Amino acid sequence: MTALVRIENLSRTFDVSKPWLNRILEGRRKVFLHAVSEVGFEIEERSVYALVGESGSGKSTIGKIIVGLLTPSEGIVEIQGIDLFRETTSVKTDKIRSDIQMIFQDPYASLNPRWRIRDIIEEPVASRGGATGQSAEDLLKLIGLSPEDASKFPHEFSGGQRQRICIARALSSQPKLIVCDEPTSALDVSIQAQILNLMKDLQESFGLTYLFISHDLTVVRHMADRIGVLYLGRLVEEANKEELFAKPKHPYTRMLFDAAPRLDGSGRSNEAPKGEIPDPINPPTGCVFHPRCPIAIKRCRSERPEMRPLGASRVACHMAE
Amino acid sequence: MDALLSLRELTVEIPTRHTTLRPVDRVSFDIMPGEILGIVGESGAGKSMTGNAIIGLLDRPARVAEGEIRLDGRRIDNLKPEVMRKIRGKRIGMVFQDPLTSLNPLLPVGDQIAETIREHLFVSRREAENRALTALEEVGIPAARERWKSYPHEFSGGMRQRVVIALALCAEPQLVIADEPTTALDVSIQAQILLLLKQLCRNHGTAIMLITHDMGVIAETADRIAIMYAGRMVEIGPVREVISNPAHPYTAGLMASIPRAGAGNRLSQIAGSMPRLSAVPAGCAFNPRCNRASEECRRDPPPVIGSPDPRAACRHPLGRATEAV
Repeated sequence: MTALVRIENLSRTFDVSKPWLNRILEGRRKVFLHAVSEVGFEIEERSVYALVGESGSGKSTIGKIIVGLLTPSEGIVEIQGIDLFRETTSVKTDKIRSDIQMIFQDPYASLNPRWRIRDIIEEPVASRGGATGQSAEDLLKLIGLSPEDASKFPHEFSGGQRQRICIARALSSQPKLIVCDEPTSALDVSIQAQILNLMKDLQESFGLTYLFISHDLTVVRHMADRIGVLYLGRLVEEANKEELFAKPKHPYTRMLFDAAPRLDGSGRSNEAPKGEIPDPINPPTGCVFHPRCPIAIKRCRSERPEMRPLGASRVACHMAE
Repeated sequence: MDALLSLRELTVEIPTRHTTLRPVDRVSFDIMPGEILGIVGESGAGKSMTGNAIIGLLDRPARVAEGEIRLDGRRIDNLKPEVMRKIRGKRIGMVFQDPLTSLNPLLPVGDQIAETIREHLFVSRREAENRALTALEEVGIPAARERWKSYPHEFSGGMRQRVVIALALCAEPQLVIADEPTTALDVSIQAQILLLLKQLCRNHGTAIMLITHDMGVIAETADRIAIMYAGRMVEIGPVREVISNPAHPYTAGLMASIPRAGAGNRLSQIAGSMPRLSAVPAGCAFNPRCNRASEECRRDPPPVIGSPDPRAACRHPLGRATEAV
């Protein structure tokens, strides 16, 4: 198997300073938020790679960088061997861009209410001057709606149906990679099951690769082949699904697993995780997890752990073994 | 022991120009003192509407059309707004999903809690402030004395929800209605808040009505569980029993659609979606999605089987462990 996506040393900072006049009057410096910091991973073709983490972990930022909605501050994003942000031949990058599509979290916000479903679905092809023809009707059939729905407007559909339409739109340019940013977290659980099943079916029949971004461990466990765990913009652990759930190595991964509510957890005497996610503008020194970590030592406070291979996983922790 | 809160055939109606909608349809249940009852259902199932009906905060034109709500044996569904105001906060506390909208942004949190205490209990200003401080310490706000003068926006989401819990519990209510209290929070913070809610209510003997869409949260927190569908209660019972042996096909389907380890490649799914309130089918509301539905299910309302706890509203209930989920 070859890597479809290769990300190396990816960082993204946002300038969150006050306006320049305030800075001068109040004598303040510029302030930066490190949303993603030195993240690297590879996604194999025809696999599902999941990024999990809590809010502020940078998972959505990585997704947006890959689809080109944001530019990286540093690092390499390579898709099919082409560096998207340094390649100068626009023919090459254009080809890659149409191979990448995205599905967003909120199907109520991601469909233009004034457009008919046909126009919405054909847009990724039409905007690049491609022939559209019957494609919208066929795609609607494929995702479980009826071809007549093509002339309707988004408001005529329920949340689950809208998410199906978003999936149809993502499929219309026949992409290789689909970035799914929390595709089911706005949906009820019975609808979520329908959408996840649909996504799995489509992946098999079209040979798709998914970058699946989610905070929900049960969903990730169901969908992913390989999982990267993010904390405060840093990749803390990466492993295949079985390995990660059987033997989580990073203390943060373990904490996340323990905190997730379970159906069979009735009467479980759980100890709640301590502390909160730190302020990303002033992250802790060394390992960013050390203030909440049960096994932190002095070294964790000063030295940032590098990502290192450990067994079948990769983990960024001084103490993991 | 007598029930603390009891609902009997509670029906909420919203009259519209064409028809009358029933977001809550003949719902009955009891909450015992100190008990945690979890209410689950998908969006639009009527969970929040039931909660709002209990605390008398239905938005017009929604109104309690039939049935009764009793708190400690006394009816509270027909009280005047002024009387209900005294009960809300004093005897029934509330925790909502978004802590920022439950707090006054212009008032320091300490003052908000002290104000609530003085509103409901006859104590001096100093005493109220002392109690408010204790309340803040109890919910785990670090350096409560220093954070006393902080405004809601200066707290993180989890800390804000702690303040809301302090606010809900400060007048020592008998019942707390928590409507999706952790939905806006990250899992690690969610675990903290749920544990806190559970511990505080144990210590004070407060009952909780926990409304959420997350089965996992209910499974870990609640003593009993009630499942709602299209405004009706389809099943209620002790949490372990209902989760391991659901009687209603909807409960079983809902649980099977939750991804879990060893679920295989495909999730079992319930076809279709919950009906709109304007088009609830005749008979059992679940019949178009149910694979056990018979002619009678499409015609007559389902009988209530099992009594009284666990019980389910179904003509063709699943037998004990007949269908492994």
